Amino acid sequence: MSVMTALSDGAVVTKRNLLKITRLPDLLVFSTIQPIMFVLLFAYVFGSAIVVPGVDYTDFLMAGIFVQTVVFGATITGAGLADDIKKGIIDRFRSLPMAQSAVLIGRTTSDLLNNLLVVTIMALTGLLVGWRIHTSFVEALGGFALLLMFAYAVSWMMASVGLSVSSVEVVQNASFIVIFPLTFISNAFVPITNFPPVLKAFAEWNPVSAVTQAVRELFGNVNPLAPPPDAWPLQNAILASMIWIVIFLVVFVPLAVSRYKKAAAR
Amino acid sequence: MTNAILAEGLRKEYGDVVALDGLDLAVPEGSVMCLLGPNGAGKTTTVRILTTLLEATSGKATVAGLDVHADAARLRERIGLSGQYAAVDENLTGFENLEMVGRLYHLGRGPSRERALDLLDRFDLDEAADRQAKTYSGGMRRRLDLAAALVARPEVIFLDEPTTGLDPRSRLSLWEVIEELVKEGATLLLTTHFLDEADRLADSIAVIDHGKVIALGTAEELKQQVGGERIELTVKSQADLVAAQEVLSSVGIGQVTVDEDARDLAVAVGVGGDALIETVRGLDARGISPLDLALRRPTLDDVFLSLTGHVAEEVVDA
Repeated sequence: MSVMTALSDGAVVTKRNLLKITRLPDLLVFSTIQPIMFVLLFAYVFGSAIVVPGVDYTDFLMAGIFVQTVVFGATITGAGLADDIKKGIIDRFRSLPMAQSAVLIGRTTSDLLNNLLVVTIMALTGLLVGWRIHTSFVEALGGFALLLMFAYAVSWMMASVGLSVSSVEVVQNASFIVIFPLTFISNAFVPITNFPPVLKAFAEWNPVSAVTQAVRELFGNVNPLAPPPDAWPLQNAILASMIWIVIFLVVFVPLAVSRYKKAAAR
Repeated sequence: MTNAILAEGLRKEYGDVVALDGLDLAVPEGSVMCLLGPNGAGKTTTVRILTTLLEATSGKATVAGLDVHADAARLRERIGLSGQYAAVDENLTGFENLEMVGRLYHLGRGPSRERALDLLDRFDLDEAADRQAKTYSGGMRRRLDLAAALVARPEVIFLDEPTTGLDPRSRLSLWEVIEELVKEGATLLLTTHFLDEADRLADSIAVIDHGKVIALGTAEELKQQVGGERIELTVKSQADLVAAQEVLSSVGIGQVTVDEDARDLAVAVGVGGDALIETVRGLDARGISPLDLALRRPTLDDVFLSLTGHVAEEVVDA
């Protein structure tokens, strides 16, 4: 099966997933209200209590909340696939002469586009509550690109989960067990300097921290006078983020495809 | 005659559970084969293996001359599957569902659209074409699902329990659609646990139980295997039972069964028509007027019961 076939089949599946978003407008409304709510909650609730030296808390927060949102959003990938299996749609796809990878390409692509929409809405909300980008247009664009690449990589992880468990509900529960520690034991909402040693080590090597740090740097939302972080992934956040993205894709793309081939209606 | 479907010794195990236990099947081109069996007998597993969705633990199968394992990718271009659960996307319209399937068969944009419109028209869904499938009735969804299986004009069509869960009217209209397909020369493999469905649609029937074919033949052949016709008689009064039993034992070829409370008698007979006339004469000579007298041919229910020891529509967990 050629790469062109995989891409064109993937495009057909992407279109199907996007049509689905427009058919469930309430889902779209809630999935956009949620990030707006998060920005407002964190900016005003945490923002009133947390002081990050040398940088405005709203500036500090935005990168963290972007990363948290796209990681949480990736559960849609897993839940969508689990739902398709349950409804027998994966059976239909698997009986067609289409590229085996097309369903996954389509799913992750439509989720990427969904993330693009969500990130745009969050950025606009952030700007309204005082968040500012202090770097060049190109660097800012790089920040958003890195964020979306990470979102895409995490989508493949969640695709593997969604194809391995028995129902949509399990996807959500299983994902939260992974996602909560990943997003909260990180530098996403608070500086990690005063974490207890074990948590601090985890936070320093957590991919969420690396990506948050990288996005923060690309948006110019770090304290220019602060001493450099202790850990290598945070000192070289952009490189570390890229490495994490590659690791996620190398591990989870083949895993998800192999799970897909074995997926059976349950 | 060439076989469109040929399976030899198919075996499928899930851990300790044996879903298929050496299943053999041969379906000639252009014919309708029905797999008949209770839930959990292995019908769906067979269909899933033949449509490349599942790998057999051992055994060999070819569909349209292509090996289901080695030639799976090419095989998918030549088959259509309509599953047990109507696998249409409920958030897409009927048209969008069919057009998507056409694109994924690589028919191209224009032909996919044309084919979708044709099928919607043919399956009486043209008015519902632009409505989301979630607004469809059960029968409409099944028709859409069946239409999706036909998009690429497949040589071999697999229908896994096409009418399960449908009301009698929708079943009847789906049967008519299936009968038309058969006229056009497609080979059809159909699974069902409804005996009347097998009786009506199939050229030959494979009765499956515990992962094996336990009987094979036309509906007529299977019925003959169980025994010929029976005369069933109900008398008005219990006083008539003894005399009626005498009459039946003189015309029948086996033991007369008597249900005294219900005043029912039955016996197997050789040539049904003659036996019926003799029975009427015998009853008349003894002055017995029957409440009910019938010549009954065995149904597939009888076949199933005698072959498997349990009734067909009983639900057995897989």
